[in-house]
Amino acid sequence: MNELLPVFEWQQHVIAPWTTGLKSTLWIVLMGFFVATACGLLGNYLILRRMALVGDAISHSVLAGIGVAVVLALQLDTATLFIAALAAGMATTLIIEIIHRYTRVKQDAAIGIAFTSLFALGVILISFKSGKVHIDTECVLYGEVALVPLENFHLSLTPALVGAIDKLPMSEVYLRGNELVMAPDVVRMGFVALAVALLVWVFYKELLVSSFDPALAFSLGINATFVHYALMALLSVVVVSAFESVGAILVVAMLILPGATAHLLSARLPVILALTVLHAALGTLLGFHLATWLNCSIAGAFVVAGMALFLLAWLLSPHDGLLAQWHRRRNLKLEPPEEISSTSSAGN
Amino acid sequence: MSVNVTKTVEPPPLEFHDLTVAYHKRPVLWGIDLEIPKGQLVGIIGPNGAGKSTLIKAAMGLLQLNSGWVKVFGEPIGKNLKRVGYVPQRESVDWDFPVSVMDVVLMGRYGHLGLMRRPSKKDRNIARDCLEKVKMLPYANRQISNLSGGQQQRVFLARALAQESDIYFMDEPFAGVDAATESAIVTILHELKAKGKTLLVVHHDLPTAKEYFDSLLLLNMRVVAYGPTEEVFKYDLLQSTYGGRLTILSEVAEAVREKS
Ligand SMILES: Nc1ncnc2c1ncn2[C@@H]1O[C@H](COP(=O)(O)OP(=O)(O)O)[C@@H](O)[C@H]1O
Ligand SMILES: [Mg+2]
Repeated sequence: MNELLPVFEWQQHVIAPWTTGLKSTLWIVLMGFFVATACGLLGNYLILRRMALVGDAISHSVLAGIGVAVVLALQLDTATLFIAALAAGMATTLIIEIIHRYTRVKQDAAIGIAFTSLFALGVILISFKSGKVHIDTECVLYGEVALVPLENFHLSLTPALVGAIDKLPMSEVYLRGNELVMAPDVVRMGFVALAVALLVWVFYKELLVSSFDPALAFSLGINATFVHYALMALLSVVVVSAFESVGAILVVAMLILPGATAHLLSARLPVILALTVLHAALGTLLGFHLATWLNCSIAGAFVVAGMALFLLAWLLSPHDGLLAQWHRRRNLKLEPPEEISSTSSAGN
Repeated sequence: MSVNVTKTVEPPPLEFHDLTVAYHKRPVLWGIDLEIPKGQLVGIIGPNGAGKSTLIKAAMGLLQLNSGWVKVFGEPIGKNLKRVGYVPQRESVDWDFPVSVMDVVLMGRYGHLGLMRRPSKKDRNIARDCLEKVKMLPYANRQISNLSGGQQQRVFLARALAQESDIYFMDEPFAGVDAATESAIVTILHELKAKGKTLLVVHHDLPTAKEYFDSLLLLNMRVVAYGPTEEVFKYDLLQSTYGGRLTILSEVAEAVREKS
């Protein structure tokens, strides 16, 4: 037994990471949280628009974008990757749209065609050049949070700022003398997550109405097609920034799990969005400690923890949770038929 | 030249000229020429697949036109969006969507709000009044999946009222609703008409069609007939609208017989 599961030790697996190992713990947990928040918030809209598969498609076809960048021998810096991912994401969206519109192929099959062919193109392009360029297909597919480079971003601060930042929790990790020391990829992902949160907040109305009723959106002067493409563009950016930490495959789980869990617990969009962020935080923390305990892939553990939270929500959801259903069945509480009360209230 | 005599005449609320729409090269609407005057309550009648929904979507600028044009108050729809209200077919949205009845009605106000603006207290009051008119105010905080068909239709109607438009397009508002909702909708249609609004309502039930509407548009890819109900609701016209569909034809026969 002991060989299969390491003994769980509170001190070693829960306390130690936040004391002796604080530096890497903080960056990894933040990275996971940013990825899950950015993906989860956007994922909510994919779920609402029944486009969960499109998230899958874009996460795979982004590989084609990277492949083109590799073949053109471009520097694989952040800006290039973002542009390549954007182009690939837009291409996927367009191909799906064109196949769906001009042939009899249904949307789900069109998605299947678009992303598998772009993904294959990416695999070919990258294998072509892999001798000469440093790009790890394995890493693009599976990712690994533990490999996120730490601390090569330094920023000198004014004494006033140093004083203020010094009072923040865990400042020993990111404050070194009068310099702010950060993990650049985590900072970048933080900006992406913040941008997603801001956009969801600013365009709440537009996203809501164009997801619920695109025809009404048009009649209100909101271009639902534009909203669709903007959403896909944002999705491509989020997916490519989440790549190195969770990979193209697990990012799909990050897109769907937080929102799906939140949907089980509430029927109000603002609450669902808040619960999504909560799921992101809890899933990341649980996943991190799970990985510390089992000494396994952190990205994989994030997703397993997110799945555990989903199951918990399914069990405990107040309306259609398994426990609530079981309770109702035991008490045989029938709700009065809807139609009767409506007719009588409208009759007068 | 006396200035006070020349009252500016407002262009008609809705005008179609030689409108043709096709899906996958198969024409669904062909050569539609129509002018709907102000303050009319028009019923759009035709068999399934006749292009009724397509006509509404084309009028609202949701579709690519193969030829012709549509004008709303003399302008392309894009310039007069706020003057158009919409009640879609009930099945066209996902009723499990995580919003409340109030949220849906407030969507009708979005056209009056700027970017980043949240609905104000005034918008909420308007939404509440509209819900009151369709007797759905007690349900304002309900999640929309907990509504019956009739209640869903009233929420859509309240949302259209909240748009405060001058033309309303309604796609089968009477489909699958209870009798109380049906009469509530008819009352509201007549109230809107009395306020000078123009209404185009897709309707599928022939016997009630001649009761509810002042004029009828018989549609089957082309305009079969358009005019006052008493002139248009005739056996031969209905027959050519529903051409060849025996079950419906007997319904037509019955409906016409009832009238005479
Ligand atoms: N998005 C679409 N793509 C392809 N064909 C469509 C689409 N919408 C409607 N049609 C076809 O156009 C015809 C008219 O449809 P519609 O306007 O919905 O008819 P109605 O509302 O009168 O029942 C039907 O044959 C329908 O199958
Ligand atoms: Mg229709």
